[in-house]
Amino acid sequence: MIKKEFMEIISNKEIALDTFELVLKNKYVSQAAGPGQFLHISLPGHTLRRPISIASVDPDACTVTTIFKVIGSGTKALSFCKEGEMIDVLGPGGNGFSLENEAGSRILLVGGGIGVPPLYYLGKQLAAQGHKIVSVLGFQNKESVFYEERFKEFGEVHIATDNGSYGTKGFVTDVIGNIGEIDRYYTVGPIPMLRAVTEKLAGTPGYISLEERMGCGIGACYACVIPLKGEEHGYRKICSEGPVFEANEVAL
Amino acid sequence: MDLSVKLPGLDMKNPILPASGCFGFGREFSNFYDLSKLGGITMKAATLHARYGNPTPRVAETASGMLNAIGLQNPGVAKIIQEEVPFLAQFDTKIMANIAGSTAEEYIEVAKSFNDTDDVHALELNISCPNVKEGGIQFGTDCMMAASITEQVKKASRHPVYVKLSPNVSNIGEMAKAVEAAGADGITMINTLTGMQIHLPSKRPLIANKTGGLSGPAIKPVAVRMIYEVKQQVNIPIIGMGGISTAEDVLEFLLAGASAVAVGTANFQNPCVCSEIIDELPQVLECYGFNSVQETIGKGIQ
Repeated sequence: MIKKEFMEIISNKEIALDTFELVLKNKYVSQAAGPGQFLHISLPGHTLRRPISIASVDPDACTVTTIFKVIGSGTKALSFCKEGEMIDVLGPGGNGFSLENEAGSRILLVGGGIGVPPLYYLGKQLAAQGHKIVSVLGFQNKESVFYEERFKEFGEVHIATDNGSYGTKGFVTDVIGNIGEIDRYYTVGPIPMLRAVTEKLAGTPGYISLEERMGCGIGACYACVIPLKGEEHGYRKICSEGPVFEANEVAL
Repeated sequence: MDLSVKLPGLDMKNPILPASGCFGFGREFSNFYDLSKLGGITMKAATLHARYGNPTPRVAETASGMLNAIGLQNPGVAKIIQEEVPFLAQFDTKIMANIAGSTAEEYIEVAKSFNDTDDVHALELNISCPNVKEGGIQFGTDCMMAASITEQVKKASRHPVYVKLSPNVSNIGEMAKAVEAAGADGITMINTLTGMQIHLPSKRPLIANKTGGLSGPAIKPVAVRMIYEVKQQVNIPIIGMGGISTAEDVLEFLLAGASAVAVGTANFQNPCVCSEIIDELPQVLECYGFNSVQETIGKGIQ
């Protein structure tokens, strides 16, 4: 269940271009968080909290690792937060990924940019269950690439960059045609990427995770809704019913 | 410390309500504290039929506030009465239903629907939503139209009717007098101020609806000024709102002439804010020499 908690900053460091890895300590959140969930972080001087996805959890150390990209003033303020400071968080938020797969499945993870982090925690858990993991990660350029080695810990990794400065030149969809048979996929990234991936992998069961500007982050304000596919007036709340949905559930 | 206030239909243990649209139908917040602690709860707007609302993005942050253009998304009045009102009725608090529509007929139908339940104690007539194309604010910026719809809803409803006023008018006192003369039992004010933010990377308005309603601490001085003016022109009670986030803010609104207050945007920053304000209010009142909420109301007016 989502709770209001204070989390201590253990570390906050730049791991790629404008991309920060923030490690936070809190017993409750670290025990409750699953892959695909997020933290709704309050920042001094900002009215709205910022939803930041969880990249990994260490329940023994009581820590939660998040990765965020500096895009506006909120994430910029977060990048200045220092070790030892306490931050006000609602977490863990939303519904994460389902881990139910047939034993020994071959599973594809497709991440774009700041959509990559939640797939790391997911991949680790799926690999621990004995599934075969193939990761296809897309970034803008070489300077933006992060966690390649981490993803290699549990499987095969392919990197694509928009300008070809690292890995394959092009988009994740240029890579996923060549990775062979898969049983299920999980994808996180900007909506145009999710659209392209779900179209390319139509026929294969999959899960998507969405990003949207949020108000409350707990399902009360209706700021972050997405229409359901083929149902007039039907919708899902991304913050509380998502951010993870089945690939054919919502209209991208 | 006596925090109680008695308004038409709303005999409340304290003067704190969450504002409409900022609290959903209470379910999410009931995970954070006991809703029986609240003086009352204003539900999210009800329209006759289910509404999806506006495209996203629907919110944007501003200096000391935010813009929103949700567009009155709700499951429709029948479902609200069937599913949401019974949930809220289990708490020891007063319930105000916010009603909206595209036409006068729709407002009346929605108001009539709430006649079927004793678990709703008052209506808030939403003639000030800036985010819908039809209805809403067009009734709230013209004295004649505001008075006419107030009169018709009063006739249709067996509950006390509070009219929610828009700050997007040149003379809010005239609006208040018009709805009072038309039979309103109270006034709630202020709704959001219409605003816009341009997103630099796309060079376009950030909010999909282009304009949105500005709320949060940025609008608090506007709300206080308008309540101070209206209080001197009407004899019906005012529920004040606009950027309240602390117990000190509550006292400021009471002194300006509000008899109770609603907390909006602050619920997004801190889901426990209403509960915390209720805890802190006695101390703040005492600090400024008051023994009850009642004796603060309108004290700021010379």
